[in-house]
This record gives sequence, C-alpha cells and structure tokens, in this order.
Amino acid sequence: MQLDDLYRRVIMDHYKNPRNRGTMDEDAVTINLNNPTCGDRISLQLQLEGDVVKQAKFTGEGCSISMSSASMMTEAVKGRTLEEAYAMADRFSSLMKGEPVEFEELEDIESLSGVNKFPARIKCATLAWNALRKGVEAQGK
Amino acid sequence: MNIEEIRKQFPILHQEVNGHPLVYLDSAATSQKPRSVIEAVKRYYEYDNSNVHRGVHTLGSRATDAYEGARARVAEFIGSPSPEQIIFTRGTTSALNLVASGYAPSVLEEGDEIVITPMEHHSNLIPWQQAAKRSGAVLKYIPLQPDGSISLEDVEKTITDRTKIVSVMYVSNVLGVINPIKEITEIAHRSGAVMVVDGAQSTPHMKIDVQALDCDFYALSGHKMCGPTGIGALYGRKSLLENMEPIEFGGEMIDFVDLQDSTWKDIPWRFEAGTPIIAGAIGLAAAIDFLEEIGLDNIDRHEKELAAYAYGKLSEIDGITIYGPREGRVGLITFNLDDVHPHDVATALDSEGIAVRAGHHCCQPLMRWLDVSATARASFYLYNTEQDVDALAASLLRTKEFFGHAIG
Repeated sequence: MQLDDLYRRVIMDHYKNPRNRGTMDEDAVTINLNNPTCGDRISLQLQLEGDVVKQAKFTGEGCSISMSSASMMTEAVKGRTLEEAYAMADRFSSLMKGEPVEFEELEDIESLSGVNKFPARIKCATLAWNALRKGVEAQGK
Repeated sequence: MNIEEIRKQFPILHQEVNGHPLVYLDSAATSQKPRSVIEAVKRYYEYDNSNVHRGVHTLGSRATDAYEGARARVAEFIGSPSPEQIIFTRGTTSALNLVASGYAPSVLEEGDEIVITPMEHHSNLIPWQQAAKRSGAVLKYIPLQPDGSISLEDVEKTITDRTKIVSVMYVSNVLGVINPIKEITEIAHRSGAVMVVDGAQSTPHMKIDVQALDCDFYALSGHKMCGPTGIGALYGRKSLLENMEPIEFGGEMIDFVDLQDSTWKDIPWRFEAGTPIIAGAIGLAAAIDFLEEIGLDNIDRHEKELAAYAYGKLSEIDGITIYGPREGRVGLITFNLDDVHPHDVATALDSEGIAVRAGHHCCQPLMRWLDVSATARASFYLYNTEQDVDALAASLLRTKEFFGHAIG
C-alpha cells in the first residue's frame, strides 16, 4: 500500500487551494451534513436558476480527502442540471466501488479513484457528494 | 514483567500489515486477546455449551457453573462484597444505560440535578441527557481545568443539595487523565447524591476496589481488558440494586408469570433477561485470570512508564500538540500534527502497519472544548513496548514530511 496511490498531487492541490470555499448571500439551497463516525462536516450551498446549478460553494471541516472531494464536486456541478448533478453523484459512487468511470466535467475527480483501496476513507470522499444528493432530492428531483 | 513472553500469548500481534510488522496502538478502542481467552471461549463452545439456569442435564450445570463462576470472578476482581452485586451487560454502555433508565427515574424529580463532566464518553453523557429530559432534571457539568483535569474545588461548587446523581469517567479515553474518583465520591455522598463511575478505561489498567472507592455503581467493558466483545458488567450497591427497575423483560428474569402481572427474580438475575452472554462471561473470567497472573500493579507501572516515554518522544516532534496533562495519565496519547488532518495521519501510519485511532473518540463535547474537530490517539497496553513508540515517532516524522511535501 503506497500513500501516493491515495494522495495524488491533484488531490493535495484541491486540499491546499480549495475551489468554491465560502458561503453565498444569495438565495441558495443549504445542506448540512456530518460524518458521525469521524466528525467531518460540510455545509454545501447551491444557487439554482430553474433546473440549473448556477453556483456551488462549501464550508466545512475534514481531512484532505473529504475537503478535496468537496472542492472538486462544487467545481464540477456548476452549470449542470439537477438531473445531471445527481447522475454525477451516482457515477462517483461507482468510482468508489472501483468501477472504471469517467468525469468529463472535471477529470480531477478521477484522481480520487485510489480511495477505493482505502475502505476506511470512502466515507470521507463521499460526504460532499451525499450532500449534493440531498440537495437535489430536496428539490423534489 | 517480560513483555516478549506476554506478546507471545497474543496471536494477532504476530502479523504483517501493509508489508510492515503490526504495531497495535489502539487498545483504548479495544484490546487484543490472549490465547487463554480465545481458548476458554472455544473450550466452552466445544465441550460445555448449553443454556444456563434451566437445564437439568449435565451440560446445563456445567454452563451454569461456569457463568456464575465468572460472575464471582468479576466480583472478586473489582472488590465487590458479593457476586450478586455484579450484573452482566453487553458492555459499559449498556451498564450505564441500565443505571440511567432503571435506577435514575426512581430518584429524579423536576429541578433535581445530574452532574457529569465535559470529558465524558457519549455513553456516559447521552443516557443522562435522556434521563434529564424524561424527569425534568437539570444536567450540569463540572468545568475542566485548562489542562483537562478536574479540580475538587469545582466539584464542590457544582454539586449541590439538589444533585441526585454524579457520574464521572475514572480515566478519560482522550485526555488520558485519571480523575479523583474517591474524592468526588466523598463530595457526592456529602450532598446525598449517588456516585456512578464509568470504568471502561480504568479497569483494564489499574487495580480497582469499588469498596475503597465507595462508589455506588461501577461499569466496565470486557473487550478493553483482554476479554471478548459483547460482555461487560455493572456493579451496584445492594440496597440500590434492590430498588432498581429492570429495563428488559422476558425469559430468565422472572419469578412468577401470570396473565396480567409478573414478579422478578432476585438481583442480579432480574436484570439479565433472555439467554445471557455465557461465552462472553467465561472469556471475561479468563481475561481476569490472565491480567491477575501478570499483576495489575505491574501492568499499571509498565503503562505509565510507556506513557512517559511516549510523551517525551512525541513532544520532540515539531508541530505536534498533545492533549491532556503530562502527569497523572494512563498509557494513551491524543495528539494532532500541524496542517495534517488526523484521518490522514492515521492512514499514513496504517500504511506502515501502525494502528491508531482518529476521529472524535465518541467525545464530541470534549472535542469542542479542545477546539478541534478530531484528533489522533495512540493507546498502549501491556503488550506494547518502547520500540512500538519509536516506530510511531519515526512514522509520524515521515508523515509530516510526506504531507509537508504534498501540501507545501
């Protein structure tokens, strides 16, 4: 087991320089989610224009895997419809199961595929995506 | 105390994890099991397995004798005046829940107080939150000193004439601090309150005498003291147990059952509804035999030496924060490395075969008090050595370098 398999450069870049970190004043959908087993937490905000995610931002606390995953997710989801966002979350679940899936929206996401070999860390990677799912579901989609 | 000989008795320790010899530093979560405990459970299932307290046949008698013998062994181990004052439970959590749901309602009235501390494990916190909500009692906290210890002055201030129950952990699973239970008990008794002790982290590591402590309830877990998972015990003062209500009903706990009403067996059996944890109790008794053969005082001394060594060694690492007081602690060190999240620390250590815990350790209020979202924790037991500490320190330096490079 090599640490480099998990902590790819692109992951650490998102951890160090998180995209879309912050809050929005605008009328946004807010989803708060905790990982009760480890204490990670995320607050995700989605600004919708009709069916389309116009802006996504997050705040939270967690490890490099959970925070980089949130950074990537918020980056990838911008400009997508709620259906597309939900489908992306499903694809992310497949990635965590070790299935070969692609993310044309943001190739960086594929760098998280190594998490699959670290079962204890899958929950870290999926936290932000579960928040996204809840956000979409709350819109009745 | 010959650690090499002790290590030989733990089959699990002799393996490689991720290509490195296993260094198990997570005994505060659960301890490993010596061969004698594994064999005792196996022997029971292979030769004596039967239900207890009902069989007329030979196996039934053997199982009953072994189960009740285990109760007597636990009683003797913690200084209980009689085996009847030991109730077998699933562990500390269910023991504390039994007190909070079976005993507390009979004494709590609206406006009464339950006193605990912010360092409590969720298992000694949420049952009291619930008991307070149900009765209208107030849940009060003894404040902590800056280093995480408890001052008796604060105990005096917090406990009042309205306090009915005081419940405190003997040893903190995060701070490693040993709390002054005997003194707190004295103060609680002076106000007429009942003293409950969460002994999950103390029982494995030091000699316990519930009569010397003078506490009213004492809860322990088998799996943290070389015993199997799924077995623990609650000690209680006889007069209190006799007035405590069962919270589970069914087989094994009844005296006479009628269509509309039933009566209970004597203590402790009225609190053990259903087929009890027979194999677990037998395994726990074997664990007690094992610990006593080595000697609790020897174990205590070994761990304190190891804790002091680890504290010194780890505090040399640049950018480490160690939580809890330096003195008066058991063999566990909770820490954080600057700029590296504890989960990442734990994964990095695991990649070198070193098992530590990362997270909130079931102590969310304490994490908030420490102003962190999570911490890493290395915890030691009788089978750990200074080499284990050296391996941890060396691996932490490499972890720092790896993440310093990756992030920097």
